[in-house]
Amino acid sequence: MDLPFAITLDVGSSHANRTGSWRVERPIYVDRLPPCNDACPSGENVQRWLYQAEPGEYEAAWHQIVEDNPFPAVMGRICYHPCETACNRTQLDEAVGINAVERFLGDLGIERGWPLPPAGKDTGRRVLVVGAGPAGLSATYHLRRQGHEVRLVDSASQLGGMMRYGIPSYRLPRAVLDAEIARVVALGVDVAFDHTVEDIQLEREAGAFDAAFLAVGAQLAHRVDIPAGDSSRVLDAVSLLHRVAVDDPPLLGRRVVVYGGGDTAVDAARTVRRLGATDAVIVYRRNRDRMPAQRDELEEALAEGVTMRWLSTVDRFENGHLMLEKMRLDASGFPEPTGEFEEFGADSLVLALGQDTDLSLLDRAPNVAVEDGVVTVLPTMMTGERGVFAGGDAVPSPRTATVAIGHGKRAAQGMGAFMSGKVLVDPTRHGLAPFDRLNTWYYSDAPRTKRHELERARRQSTFDEVVEGLTEENALFEARRCLSCGNCFECDNCFGVCPDNAVIKLGPEQRYEINYDFCKGCGLCAEECPCGAIDMVPERI
Amino acid sequence: MTAPPVRFYQVGSFAVGNRLLPDDDQTVQSDPNRTNSLDSGHRACQGCGEALGARYALDAAMRASEARLVAVNATGCLEVFSTPYPETSWRIPWLHSLFGNAPAVATGVAAALKVKGRSDVRVVAQAGDGGTVDIGFGCLSGMFERNDDVLFICYDNEAYMNTGVQRSGATPPAARTATTEAIGEEPGNVFGQGKNLPRLAMAHEITYVATATVADLHDLEEKVERAMRLHGARYLHVLVPCPLGWGSASCDTIRVARLAKETGLFPVFEAVHGKVTGVSAIRHRTPVEEYLSIQTRYAHLFGERPRTDIISRIQSIADRNIAEYQLLADDAITVEPEKAET
Amino acid sequence: MLRQIEGSRAVAETVALCRPEVVCAYPISPQTHIIEAIGAMVKSGALTPCEFINVESEFAAMSVSIGASATGARSYTATASQGLLFMIEAVYNAAGLGLPIVMTLANRAIGAPINIWNDHSDAMAVRDSGWIQLFAETNQEAADLHVQAFRLAEELSLPVMVCMDGFILTHAVERVELPDQAEVDAFLPSYEPRQVLDPDDPVSIGAMVGPEAFEEVRYLAHLRQLDALERIPTLAAAFDEAFGRQSGGLLHPYRTEGAETIVVALGSVLGTIKDAVDARRDAGERVGVVGITAFRPFPREAVRGALSGTHRVVVVEKAFSIGYGGVLSTDVAMATHDSDCTLRTVVGGLGGRPITRDSLEEVLAAAARDELDPLTFLDLEIEIVQRERGRMTSTRRSGPSAENILRDLGTVASRIG
Repeated sequence: MDLPFAITLDVGSSHANRTGSWRVERPIYVDRLPPCNDACPSGENVQRWLYQAEPGEYEAAWHQIVEDNPFPAVMGRICYHPCETACNRTQLDEAVGINAVERFLGDLGIERGWPLPPAGKDTGRRVLVVGAGPAGLSATYHLRRQGHEVRLVDSASQLGGMMRYGIPSYRLPRAVLDAEIARVVALGVDVAFDHTVEDIQLEREAGAFDAAFLAVGAQLAHRVDIPAGDSSRVLDAVSLLHRVAVDDPPLLGRRVVVYGGGDTAVDAARTVRRLGATDAVIVYRRNRDRMPAQRDELEEALAEGVTMRWLSTVDRFENGHLMLEKMRLDASGFPEPTGEFEEFGADSLVLALGQDTDLSLLDRAPNVAVEDGVVTVLPTMMTGERGVFAGGDAVPSPRTATVAIGHGKRAAQGMGAFMSGKVLVDPTRHGLAPFDRLNTWYYSDAPRTKRHELERARRQSTFDEVVEGLTEENALFEARRCLSCGNCFECDNCFGVCPDNAVIKLGPEQRYEINYDFCKGCGLCAEECPCGAIDMVPERI
Repeated sequence: MTAPPVRFYQVGSFAVGNRLLPDDDQTVQSDPNRTNSLDSGHRACQGCGEALGARYALDAAMRASEARLVAVNATGCLEVFSTPYPETSWRIPWLHSLFGNAPAVATGVAAALKVKGRSDVRVVAQAGDGGTVDIGFGCLSGMFERNDDVLFICYDNEAYMNTGVQRSGATPPAARTATTEAIGEEPGNVFGQGKNLPRLAMAHEITYVATATVADLHDLEEKVERAMRLHGARYLHVLVPCPLGWGSASCDTIRVARLAKETGLFPVFEAVHGKVTGVSAIRHRTPVEEYLSIQTRYAHLFGERPRTDIISRIQSIADRNIAEYQLLADDAITVEPEKAET
Repeated sequence: MLRQIEGSRAVAETVALCRPEVVCAYPISPQTHIIEAIGAMVKSGALTPCEFINVESEFAAMSVSIGASATGARSYTATASQGLLFMIEAVYNAAGLGLPIVMTLANRAIGAPINIWNDHSDAMAVRDSGWIQLFAETNQEAADLHVQAFRLAEELSLPVMVCMDGFILTHAVERVELPDQAEVDAFLPSYEPRQVLDPDDPVSIGAMVGPEAFEEVRYLAHLRQLDALERIPTLAAAFDEAFGRQSGGLLHPYRTEGAETIVVALGSVLGTIKDAVDARRDAGERVGVVGITAFRPFPREAVRGALSGTHRVVVVEKAFSIGYGGVLSTDVAMATHDSDCTLRTVVGGLGGRPITRDSLEEVLAAAARDELDPLTFLDLEIEIVQRERGRMTSTRRSGPSAENILRDLGTVASRIG
């Protein structure tokens, strides 16, 4: 059209007006560290694999997990999931059931036979890994991926360490454990069973290993001196769980007292119920609030009929009679004796008072410092002896399988750097993504999917797995509860809410770009970003 | 394993997009090829609710009409910031005539299309609250009464913003404007005045009347689509916060609109032939203070000597709306379906 | 076909022959018979396709026409007096947007005091709006001007107002030759808009224009009106050729040859003026008439030519600019500024007061004696005025003048003498 002058205008002409010049603040896309990732001792990128699981891309999600942790099915069962404790969603309704989704993915991986990433190109370096528990296996896996040769030795006749000998099968079915360990071994590992390393230095030199990793665990029960008559049956929880694991359960009688307040005490009590005890009583010197055992595990134990004697210590055990002393907490929460006693009938007493590490293999390694019964290590997990690394329960840290797996990965990185003469550089960590950066309006209200638990009657007497996995539908639901804290998940809000069309949508997985020619810096995109992945920064004027 | 029918997803139907939804269920705004009926380069203030609302509504209308759309615009911010010679931000056929005549001009457009047999082309007219409830009301009422085939959209920012924030018939009580200053015993706009245009539209028993806000895109788009499926006179009243006139932060435009709905001060509903057929339930009921306190047009209600008396009068307006429109989820007439949720 | 027909009806039927596609109607006397007739034709199916819209005000009537015209439909409406003033914002807008709307203005006085009868105050109130304003002398010309108006408007993308005196023409039953459809179709091509709202070719119509281009936009509008000065006589000639009648054009001179005195006027009063001129010519006076058809654009050169050589110009006006004087006179004065003729203004016919031949002859006689005041109010009852002035001087609350004057006249309501 030959348009009338000035009053009639052609479309698109406003693009000549670059409103970006109005801006005093500019939006920039950022990635922030989600609290789950931050809290994961294994260093998993939880937010990322949940994102991948959300559209049903389970294999991709599984691969994301095994980037860091080769045991999703195991950890999906026994991890105490600090990720969920840290999860921002707790401030909205309940934490995302990360652990359950991990288990779902782990089980799917086993079912479908997804292989771990292959071993790396041979580097010619050799590493000795002592101990085939979570730390040792994790280190082995990560070392093999780097292409280093690994000799994995363990004093037991099967791999798995405390995952096999300390964790009851109702929490971790052996088939699952075996499957995930087999995958690691399949990467090509020189495995030696029933092999106890007496002297690390000798063993290292004999095998000409470039490095060694000590992951010997804490398998010695911590003993306390409790006066007990000859006929009184006293044993420690580590032995109890080990014997059950190797199908040689001890006879304990009808009334069994477990003494201690940690996870092992709860495992022991629940195991005892399954072994036929009618009364399984946990005696603990403090109260419930101060009990270190995981709340979920305790709940399940109580539901299974385990009973508690709070604020009590075992004074002596004689002829089927257990003498308990009542305690009270002082102002600082520390238990102090009251002098009041109480008699309690019991057939056996199981002591679950902690575990110690057997470090005799270090006797001829004077450079390795030991403090409080554990090995001192640098951030790279290297001990005072060059080339000797340590991790898992043998070093100072919370004694969980997840932590151990993280140690294994970390040590593998440390050893890799050591062997190639490099310095291990920590990747820069993004700033944390706290709850107050989220715009929670956008998240659908969705309480957590509970994993079903076995019928109580059934599980009291069997070692069948107690907690069922999620159905696919529930796993998806749970994954989709993720708030994706601090990481763009392509909800299109920024693209939609910009009054100036100054956000460019780049397509799936490509996220967005700001068109600074037109962005006026109003900040709507940042304010309405559900996950806090946009910062407003002062414009350079 | 086939993909199970889980439709729940993080942001459900609250965010603009949702990568897990099938294409048909995606919002118009999430489409990288959306029309951008109102395009970049316009001169609206930072965080302008009207610019946003206009693009939301017209892009939805464009999709609904398969890009066969003509828009008529009243004088006002939207017109001024979009078409200063020599630049226009509109990507659709657009006509501006006067402040008070947009409904009648739209009637003319519709009549011309009808007489020319162009039944494929649809007509939208748009105006601010002044152009709708005040100066344009005569023409609007006539358009309603004749049941002309026009969708009229009011972008309500509750005052004459283009001329410098003067009171309109849509200015709420106690709000400060340049002609209702925050001085005297009853600072700001007086109570007991003002026009409820959606109700007036309903009194004409026109085909479709709905309210919406820029805070709920899905609801807004659904209403535009519903309106576009119908013929005859239709009215959509969209609350569009004005950072300049309301004294809210430019980044808070959507939040303010959301709070207007969540407090009950702005009932979001729809009506067919004069009867309310659905309301958008309040999701998190919020006291009016939260809405008022982030807008400097209400600053005189807070500060050293808070006017709790006035705040409670405003709260009672919200409460009355909640009761009248049954805005709480439990007694909502029909809760808007959250499309993306099971 | 020659018919004995009311002016409004003749206009309505002629407009219908022009195939308007959207017609808006808001009733106001004396326009009502026009839109009633068109409404009936649309309703009966005689005029189709056409949307006839009963709007809620004149403002809406012009606004609907704007929307329809911008969408490419031939648009028509009619109004008068207060109605024109009520739509005035849209009247300016239609011109500013360059939309070729055709509107009949059934000229009528403007209140207060409210008065439904004829004068030209309404047309004069919008002379600067950018519309082309054509004044009809007779019902035949009123009808014919509409056919030309649509073609002129659409050729130039400008709105055209056909002014016809309320009641005097609109309600007068006279003989009018109405064209047939084929003739009109041959003369008036279908509307090809210069700009149109079209999804296939989107544009923004009605931009805000600031100081950087506003004057140019206005000047372009002026140039288009000047273009109209060229087109109007051409169209009138084409019309004459097609229909065998002289209608329209810029102006109609009558017996101006050798005239010492020429009367200039608009509209139907020209008939009476011609009678008076005939009488004076018969009495040997050299008088003539120039009837102006195109008031906007004002044909300054044509008027100058028509008045050249005359000694006296008497402009008879049915409107005036209060506090100043004649409106048309001002334009005529501009056209004759370089001649040495004297120019006299006679204001008359306000609010429907008849302009009689006798009064006009008296005026011409006085003019011939060079005794005519520069500004004369025809048949003004000066005693009534003086009585009211006296009342106003003596009593602060002397009451409304109109009612006082009616009381003086002994009438309870206005009447036509």
